[in-house]
Amino acid sequence: MQEHIAATGKVPPGNESGNTTRNKVVAFIKGSRTAPLCGFSQRVVSILESQGVDYESVDVLYEDYTFGLRETLKKYSNWPSFPQIFVNGELMGGCDILTSKHEKGELAGFFKQ
Amino acid sequence: MRIKAMLEKELRPVELEVEDISYQHAGHAGVRGSDDRETHFNVKVVSEEFEGKSLVKRHRLIYGLLQDELQSGLHALSIEAKTPSEIGSL
Repeated sequence: MQEHIAATGKVPPGNESGNTTRNKVVAFIKGSRTAPLCGFSQRVVSILESQGVDYESVDVLYEDYTFGLRETLKKYSNWPSFPQIFVNGELMGGCDILTSKHEKGELAGFFKQ
Repeated sequence: MRIKAMLEKELRPVELEVEDISYQHAGHAGVRGSDDRETHFNVKVVSEEFEGKSLVKRHRLIYGLLQDELQSGLHALSIEAKTPSEIGSL
């Protein structure tokens, strides 16, 4: 996992959250946080933004910087799709899980530890 | 339909709904070259198999059962995975 976090420390311009230190929360999405390219990614971004979470976003479609990341991450996470949200280096899940926790009000405490 | 059959067989669900929503995603990024069919599904499963498992584990369980489908065109699943006790008694 460290390689991925290290890799996300070098995210391309436009994907950075403003700091390149290791972030607790990393969202691998399709597109950028300002222009997500799929509905699920968009929902993830909107939930994280609404919670004021300090997160890193990585555009898995931006092949110049993340070549091969999609397939590698699918295998690593044992998760076949994107978006994927990692918290403290561990897969929290995709859009459904984030949405479900958000609706149950579980996120506020979760992200602010 | 394969997805439903597989989930029924392995999870013995109390409730199972599988809906093909591929048409909602036709043409979006990352689905290049795929048919407009059988690429995105909504799945709702209520099963005792999920008892004691975190959401991630439940989803992984479902993904594991549908490995073959995922290799052959299935692109994404929206999953609702609950236990009978979570949905409350009727």
